Amino acid sequence: MSFFILIILFAALGILLGYAAIRFKVEGDPLVDKIDAILPQTQCGQCNFPGCRPYAQAIADGEADINQCPPGGEAGIAALADLLGVEPKPLNEDNGVEKATLVAVIDENTCIGCKLCIQACPVDAILGAPKHMHTVIEAECTGCELCIPPCPVECITMEPVTKTLALWEWEKPDTSQAKAKS
Amino acid sequence: MKLWSFHGGLPSLAEHKNESVNLPIEVAPIPKTLTYPLGQHIGNAAKPLVQVGDKVLRGQKIAAAQGVVSAPIHAASSGTVSKIADHLIPHPSGFSAPSITIETDGLDAETDYTPHADFQQLTAPQLVDIVREAGIVGLGGAAFPTAIKLNTQSKAVDIDTLILNGAECEPYISCDDRLLKERASRIIEGIEILLHMLGAKRAILAVEDNSPDTFSSIQEAINSNNNQAINATQIPTIYPTGGEKQLIQTLTGKEVPSGKIPADIGIVSINVGTVYAIQQAVIEGKPLTSRIITVTGEGVNKPHNLEVRIGTYISALIDVCHGYTKQAERLVMGGPMMGFALSSDSIPVVKATNCILVASQHEVITEKQAMPCIRCGLCASACPVSLSPQQLYWFSRSDQLDKAAQLNLSDCIECGCCDVVCPSHIPLAQHFRYAKSALKVQNHEKQLSNIARERFEAREERLARDKAERAERSRKKKAALKNKPAKEEIDAAVSRSKTKKNSIHNED
Repeated sequence: MSFFILIILFAALGILLGYAAIRFKVEGDPLVDKIDAILPQTQCGQCNFPGCRPYAQAIADGEADINQCPPGGEAGIAALADLLGVEPKPLNEDNGVEKATLVAVIDENTCIGCKLCIQACPVDAILGAPKHMHTVIEAECTGCELCIPPCPVECITMEPVTKTLALWEWEKPDTSQAKAKS
Repeated sequence: MKLWSFHGGLPSLAEHKNESVNLPIEVAPIPKTLTYPLGQHIGNAAKPLVQVGDKVLRGQKIAAAQGVVSAPIHAASSGTVSKIADHLIPHPSGFSAPSITIETDGLDAETDYTPHADFQQLTAPQLVDIVREAGIVGLGGAAFPTAIKLNTQSKAVDIDTLILNGAECEPYISCDDRLLKERASRIIEGIEILLHMLGAKRAILAVEDNSPDTFSSIQEAINSNNNQAINATQIPTIYPTGGEKQLIQTLTGKEVPSGKIPADIGIVSINVGTVYAIQQAVIEGKPLTSRIITVTGEGVNKPHNLEVRIGTYISALIDVCHGYTKQAERLVMGGPMMGFALSSDSIPVVKATNCILVASQHEVITEKQAMPCIRCGLCASACPVSLSPQQLYWFSRSDQLDKAAQLNLSDCIECGCCDVVCPSHIPLAQHFRYAKSALKVQNHEKQLSNIARERFEAREERLARDKAERAERSRKKKAALKNKPAKEEIDAAVSRSKTKKNSIHNED
């Protein structure tokens, strides 16, 4: 008797689990999304992948290491290590070095309107038409530098972002002394 | 009246009020130059209405509000607009920002004002408009446009209590105290206007119990006015009892929830200096062009309480106070607890400036060597917002800003109580200021990266679509060729050219 009760119970639970697997199925790969959210979205390709999402996919698949993103820097590596439960490691020098974010600026007098930079820009931040001057939408430029190599007249330079009052930061107090004594 | 208390605070902070509290308000002379930073309030910067070379009069609007959260700016004396360009602004960054500069002509000619002595006849929205057009912002230091605070028509909760903040808890500052002593009757009239606007049942004017003279002069004014809704009360002198949320808690026992404003619990709280400005704007029709500023500290020869035209350079105020002393070490705007250091005295005072403190070496919080945190917990018991400063300190120090945010970093009012009690002299408030600003930048970058992600994905999608369309077109072409044998196609072309040739021949 108890045998049948168990059979029925197991069958019922099995159906319930089967239904839940369909009903609450997670679309996409949540791990890739989480990794992608940490990556800086510069889309620069310095990690040897064609953009941040492909790199996130590669990390999730175990095909890439977490220290290949120079724009994300140490903080990005620490966040990835935290998410994935692995030890943080220094940035891989082969991929580049961490530096302040810059924006591309086109020298509009020199630009010949060849459209090569527009094709190279991963976030469509360059505006222009054939044989007409091109310009960079500063607010949308990620500073990936991918537009620089294709330019045949070398009219693109990387400039530092001007600090606005709204984004001004207080100076961090010096903690070196406290550290030395502790 | 029953009073409550708030958590923590500093009951025995050295007040340093004696240096200036007995000095009657004097009107500062018209300066040669007035400079108005366009963004001297919370919200959007104002938009200039004048051009270089224009003649302006006192009280004339020289810049208009842009958007809802903004405030217009008015000239404080007559003269000529000499410059509209970047100028050093009173901000801890030491940045310059767009400003209008006026060379005064000394005549002090005024525009025509429209007084409304019979304010009872006006509706609340009309009065809110008057306040907005007068460029009035919170004069306690926050510079939030007052009209927005008073526009409570759309709020779900009815305003029950109006609180008038005369609790000037920051050391050294006595401008509100002097204002209450000398112009109490006008402030009471301002309170009546506010009660009429808000439909509040009661108004409580709160002052600290360290100035009994002020309290009696207020009582006198209330008695002669005889409005039952207005009450004055003395509250214990505990820094920072003048903080908006702390004062509300002291007077009503209610706590303003994190992330909410007092209006959400039926309270509006306004600084007494602002009330005076509202009275001037409604009854006399005068926009906000001057305010009371305490100039004090061991660094000036003769401290003063001055009625200053907004836009006056700090150097001009120092001249009124007979110049700097030898001890002058640091120029601070605001008080010693929450003020910030300025790099130069050729910076104009703005609407939010309540005090210029020229501090000597020992008046500035001494920069003792910070030592390791010993986790004594004194900071937590002193924090008026019941935060855990020591935890916040670890996270701020190690740049774990998200964790600091989870511990309600944004609720920190930067009062500096934790700094004062810390036996290790850790500049905690400075750490929190840093962490708050860094968090703001981090959120901004997050937002930018989200935009970049969207744009990258949209581009990928477009490229894939283009590729698919091209493949589809070439497939169609190939299929068409397959269906129609090449021979047929060629024959058709040949016959077409033949008929064409024939027709040409026929025409010949």
